[in-house]
Amino acid sequence: MTEELHEVRLSVNGTTREVRVPARRLLSDALRHDLGLTGTHVGCEHGVCGACTILVDGRPMRSCLLFAVSAVGTEITTVEGLTNPDGSLGHVQQAFAECHGLQCGFCTPGFLTTITAGLRENPSPTHDEARDMIAGNLCRCTGYQNIVKAVERAAVLGLDTVAARPTRPTNESARDEGAS
Amino acid sequence: MKPAPFAYRRPGSLSEALAALAGEANAKVLAGGQSLVPLLSMRLAAPALLVDINGLPDLAAIEVTDDGVRVGALARHADVLAHEEARRVQPLLAMALHHVAHATIRNRGTTVGSIVHADAAAEMPVVLILLGGSVEVESTAGRRTIAADDLFLGPLESSLHHDEIAVQAFFPALPPGAGVAFDEIARRHGDYALCGVAALLRLDPDGAVVEARAGFLSVNELPTVVDLTAAVAGGVDDVSLAAAGEAALTGLDPEGDIHATAAYRAQLVRVLTARVLRAAYDDALARSAAASTGPSTERTR
Ligand SMILES: Cc1cc2nc3c(=O)[nH]c(=O)nc-3n(C[C@H](O)[C@H](O)[C@H](O)COP(=O)(O)OP(=O)(O)OC[C@H]3O[C@@H](n4cnc5c(N)ncnc54)[C@H](O)[C@@H]3O)c2cc1C
Ligand code: FES
Ligand code: FES
Repeated sequence: MTEELHEVRLSVNGTTREVRVPARRLLSDALRHDLGLTGTHVGCEHGVCGACTILVDGRPMRSCLLFAVSAVGTEITTVEGLTNPDGSLGHVQQAFAECHGLQCGFCTPGFLTTITAGLRENPSPTHDEARDMIAGNLCRCTGYQNIVKAVERAAVLGLDTVAARPTRPTNESARDEGAS
Repeated sequence: MKPAPFAYRRPGSLSEALAALAGEANAKVLAGGQSLVPLLSMRLAAPALLVDINGLPDLAAIEVTDDGVRVGALARHADVLAHEEARRVQPLLAMALHHVAHATIRNRGTTVGSIVHADAAAEMPVVLILLGGSVEVESTAGRRTIAADDLFLGPLESSLHHDEIAVQAFFPALPPGAGVAFDEIARRHGDYALCGVAALLRLDPDGAVVEARAGFLSVNELPTVVDLTAAVAGGVDDVSLAAAGEAALTGLDPEGDIHATAAYRAQLVRVLTARVLRAAYDDALARSAAASTGPSTERTR
C-alpha cells in the first residue's frame, strides 16, 4: 500500500511553505526534515522534555505532539524566527548568551520559544514566576539557575526594547511586537 | 517512535465528522492529541483513520450559566483555566486544571478529551464525577447524555461508542453553602500525580457539615469518589479529619506501581484527605461569610 500524501501549506516564521507529507508526519519532523529548520530539537518525542516547543499562534506547544496536517491555518514560530530582522539575537537569545543559560544547547530552542511567549504574557515576572515559566522544559546540563537568570535578564532587555520604541497608540500593540 | 500509517480526515462540519467515524470501525477522534499522539508514536494505538475535529471551531465554546459550566470539545485546558466566569460559578475547575500537566500541554490539550480519555491518573474525570456532571455525545444516530457516574468503565476505557463524538462536558455550579478544594502530590511539577484529591463540603445555614465527599485520582483503577460526611458531620478538627482519612481508605484500594508502593499511596490518601477536606471547609466558611455580608464582598479566588 502506498501511503496517501497531503499537500500542506504551513505558515512558518512569517513565510508560507508547502510540504507534501503523509498524515503521520509529526510537525517537528516536517519542520526539521521537510523544511530544513533544524533549530527545533527533538528529545523524547512524547511531550515531556520540551526541546521541540514552538509557538502556534503565539502559544507554546509541543511540535512532537502535533501532526503537520493538523497545523494548517496556524502561524508557526520556531527558534529561527526569534532573531531580529537584521539577524542579531532577539532579547531572549541575548539574555541566554549573557547569563550563560546554555551548555550543550540541546534544550535551548524549547526554552527560548517558551520564554518568548511567557514574557509576552507577563513582561516582568517575579523570581517564582520566572521559575514557573520554564517548569515544563528539561535541561540536563545547566542546573536551571542560569536559565532562570536569563528569564529575568530577558525581561529587562524586553522592557528596554519596548521603551526605546516610538510611542504607539496602545500598550497592547507595542507589547505584541516584542521579539519575534 | 513514529506512528504507523493512518488515513486522515479533517471535516468542516460535525455531521461530516460523525459520518466519517461511522464509516470506519477502527477510527479515532483527534482533539488536542496530547494523549493520543504519544500513544500513536509509541505504537500503543494504530487506528486506520483519524478524524481531526480541530476544524470545527463551534466546538470550542465555553458557556457559563447559573447552573454550571458547559465546556465544548475543542476548548483547550488553558482557555477553561483562564475563564473568569467559569471560575466564579465552579471554582473547582480552575483549582484542578492548574494541576493538569504544564502550560504548554494545556495550550493544546482539551478538557473534554482528557475526560473521555478516561485516565484514572487525570484530574478532570474525578472532578466531573465529584460534581455530578455529565458528557453530551453525538453520533449519526443522535445525541445522548452520559452521567459522569456511567462514563468510566476501566483504565482508559469510557462508555462512549466508537462512532460517538463527545461534544460537550457539563460541570454543575457550586451549590450554596458549599466549598471546594484540590491538591495532589506528584514527583515533579506537571507530572501525573501519585495521588490527588478533590473535595466538596457543604454547610447548612447554621454552619453544620451536611455533605462531605472526596474524589481520588491515581489511587484506584478508576477515578473514585468516597462519601466522608459521617466522619466530619460532628465538626471539622484534627481528630475528625484523621478519621476521614481512614474512612476514605475503606472505599479505596491503593495500588503499588513503579512510582509509589501501595502503603505510600495509602499514606498520601490519609494526609491529602485531611488537608483537602480542611481546605474545602475553610472555603465553604469563607463563601458563606461572603454571601451573608452581601454581594460587594470579594467572592472569587
Ligand atoms: C507531558 C504530558 C503531561 C501530561 N500531564 C497530565 C496531567 O498531569 N493530568 C492530566 O489530566 N493530563 C495530562 N496530560 C494529558 C493532557 O491533559 C491531554 O490533553 C488530555 O489527556 C487529552 O486531551 P486531548 O485533547 O489532547 O485528547 P487527544 O489526545 O486528542 O485524545 C485522547 C483520546 O480521547 C479521544 N477523544 C478526544 N476528544 C474526543 C471527543 N471530543 N470525542 C470522542 N473522543 C475523543 C481520542 O480519540 C483519544 O482516544 C499530559 C500530557 C502530556 C503530553
Ligand atoms: S521532543 Fe517534544 S517534548 Fe520532547
Ligand atoms: S544546555 Fe544541555 S540540555 Fe540544556
